[in-house]
Amino acid sequence: MTRTRAVRSIAWHLGALALLAVLLYPVVWVIGSSLKPNEEIVGSLQLLPPDPILDNYRRLADGIAGISVSTFFVNSLVLALGSVAGVVLSASLAAYAFARIRFTGRNALFTVMIGTLLLPYHVLIIPQYIMFQKAGFINTYVPLLLGKYLAVDAFFVFLIVQFMRGLPRELDEAARLDGCGHPRIYWNITLPLCRPALITSAIFTFIWAWNDFMGPLLYLNEPEKYPVSLGLKMFIDQDSIQDYGGMIAMSLVALLPVLLFFLVFQRYLVEGAATSGLKG
Amino acid sequence: MSDATAGPRKRPGSPRKGAGKGAGKGAGKGVSGRRLGRRENLAGYLFLSPWLAGLVLLTAGPALASLYLSFTDYNLFDSPQWIGLDNFSDMFADPRWRKSVEVTLQYVAIGTPLKLLAALGAALLLSSRRRGQAFYRAAFYAPSLVGASVSIAIVWRAIFSDDAIVDRTQRLFGVDIGGWVGNPDTSIYVLVALTMWQFGAPMVIFLAGLHQIPRELYEAAEVDGAGPWRRFVSVTLPMLSPVVFFNLLLETIHSFQVFASALVVSNGRWGPADSLLVYTGYLYEQGFVNLRMGYASAMAWTLLLSVGLVTAVLFWSQKKWVHYEGSER
Repeated sequence: MTRTRAVRSIAWHLGALALLAVLLYPVVWVIGSSLKPNEEIVGSLQLLPPDPILDNYRRLADGIAGISVSTFFVNSLVLALGSVAGVVLSASLAAYAFARIRFTGRNALFTVMIGTLLLPYHVLIIPQYIMFQKAGFINTYVPLLLGKYLAVDAFFVFLIVQFMRGLPRELDEAARLDGCGHPRIYWNITLPLCRPALITSAIFTFIWAWNDFMGPLLYLNEPEKYPVSLGLKMFIDQDSIQDYGGMIAMSLVALLPVLLFFLVFQRYLVEGAATSGLKG
Repeated sequence: MSDATAGPRKRPGSPRKGAGKGAGKGAGKGVSGRRLGRRENLAGYLFLSPWLAGLVLLTAGPALASLYLSFTDYNLFDSPQWIGLDNFSDMFADPRWRKSVEVTLQYVAIGTPLKLLAALGAALLLSSRRRGQAFYRAAFYAPSLVGASVSIAIVWRAIFSDDAIVDRTQRLFGVDIGGWVGNPDTSIYVLVALTMWQFGAPMVIFLAGLHQIPRELYEAAEVDGAGPWRRFVSVTLPMLSPVVFFNLLLETIHSFQVFASALVVSNGRWGPADSLLVYTGYLYEQGFVNLRMGYASAMAWTLLLSVGLVTAVLFWSQKKWVHYEGSER
C-alpha cells in the first residue's frame, strides 16, 4: 500500500517536473542565448554557453540607434504607472456606483458595462485613432492613457464590483447613520476594504500596459517616446537582423519587471485569474 | 493610506447621535424620501461620470462611428464618401481577406481546443493536493503573463527557425521539413504552440472548478464500482462542464484577436506566403498602412458580428452539453 503510494507520488512529481521543464525552456533559452556571441545563438544547442560573455549587454548599454535603453524603460514605466493610477481610481469609482448606490438606470448601465467586455478592441481602434488624430494627440501618451482614467477596461470595474458586493453592508449603514455621504464612505470605508481587488487590478494593469504593443505601435512615431515593447520591434524592422544578441538581451531585460512582479505578487495574480478569468 | 485604514475603526465612537438623525429621516417618508432618491441619483451619476465619459468617447461612440465608416470610403484626410455595401462586397472578393479569415479560423480551431486540453490535463494533475501543488500552479501560470509580449514572440521565432532546437529534434525522428517559421504549411503551428504554452490561465480556472466538485460524488461512484476513467467521464466532466464552457468562450473570443505574436513571429510581414496573415493583422495593414479606413471598419464590424455569432452558437450549444447543478429537478 505505502509502496504504491510512493510510486504514485514519484510519478506525479515526475509529470509535473516534465511539464515545468517544457514551460521553462524558452525562459532558460533567452538567458543562455543572451550570454552567447551573435553567431552561436540560433545554431547552437547548448542551452547555457560554456564561456558566457556579456558583450550583448555591453552593446545594449550603448543604446539602440542612438537611443539609450533606459529611455525605453522610463517610457514604459511612465505608461505603466500612469495606467495603474488611472485604472485603480476610475474603476473603483464606477464599481462603487454599481455596487453601493441605488440610482435610476443602474441595472441597464451595468448590462451595458458587461456588454463592453465582449466588444473586440479592434472595432474601436479606427474611430479612436481618427479622433485622437484630429485632436492632435498623435505621438503623445494621451491616447494610451486616457482610457485608463475613464474606466474603459470593464474587466476591472466588474472585478471590483464583485468584490464590493461581498463586503458587509453594516459598515456603510453605520457610516450613513453617522451622516457620512457617499464620497466619504467610498474613500474611508469601501476603498480600504477593497484593497485585495485593487491590488489585483493594479498588478494586471501594470503588466498589460508594460506588454502593450498595438497601442504604442499605432500612436507613437518618435523613437524617443517608445516603450520597451516598441524599442524591441526596432530590431525586427531592419531587413536582416544584425544584432541578434542585442535583441535577445533586450528581450530578457524587457521580461524582467513582469517576472519580478510575478514573483512578488503571484498569490494575487493566480487568485485573480482563478476568480475572474483575467488573462495575462 | 494609513489614515484611510483607520477611518472605519474611528466610527463606532459616536453612533448615538447619528442613529437619531437617521431615524428622523426614515419617519417622514414622502418628501424627504424622494429627495433622498434624487440625491442617490446625483451621487450615482457623479461616481459613474468617468466611466460614462469613457463609454461615449472611447467605447460606444467609436463602435457606432466604425459602423458608419464601414459604409464609406475614407482615407483620414478627405471627408468620408458614402459607398453603401461596396466595402463588404470588395472584402468578400478580396483573396487576401479570405486568406486572413482562413488563417484566423485555423488558429482558433486548432489552438483553442489544444490549449484547453493542456489546461485540463494540467489541472487534473494538480488537483490531487500534494506537496508543491501551489508552486507548480504558480509556475504553470507564469507564461500566461508574458506570452503576449514581444520578447516571447522573438524567442519563439528563434526556437522554431531553421537549425534551431525544434528543427534539430524533428530531424532525429527523420522529419526534415526545416524550421516551422519559414514554411508556409507549418508557420501557423508556431502560433499554436505559443498559445498552448500559455495554458496556465484557463488551468487555474479549471482548478478552481475541480475543487468545487463535492467529494461525496466521487465516493458514491466508487461505492458503485466506478473505476478512475468512469469517475472522470461520469462525475468530473459533467460537473466541470460549466467551467469548460466559460473557458471555451473566453479563449475563443480572445484568440480571434491575436495580433502582436503573429506580427513579431513573421517579422512584420505576415508571411511566408501570407500564412501568418491573421485577421487583425490584415485589418491593421488596410487601416493604418494603406489608410483604407472604411474598408478596415467593415472588416472590424465583420469580426464583431462573427465573434457575436460564435458566442451565440456556443450559448445555444450549451443546452446540449453543459450540466448546471440543480437544473434538472
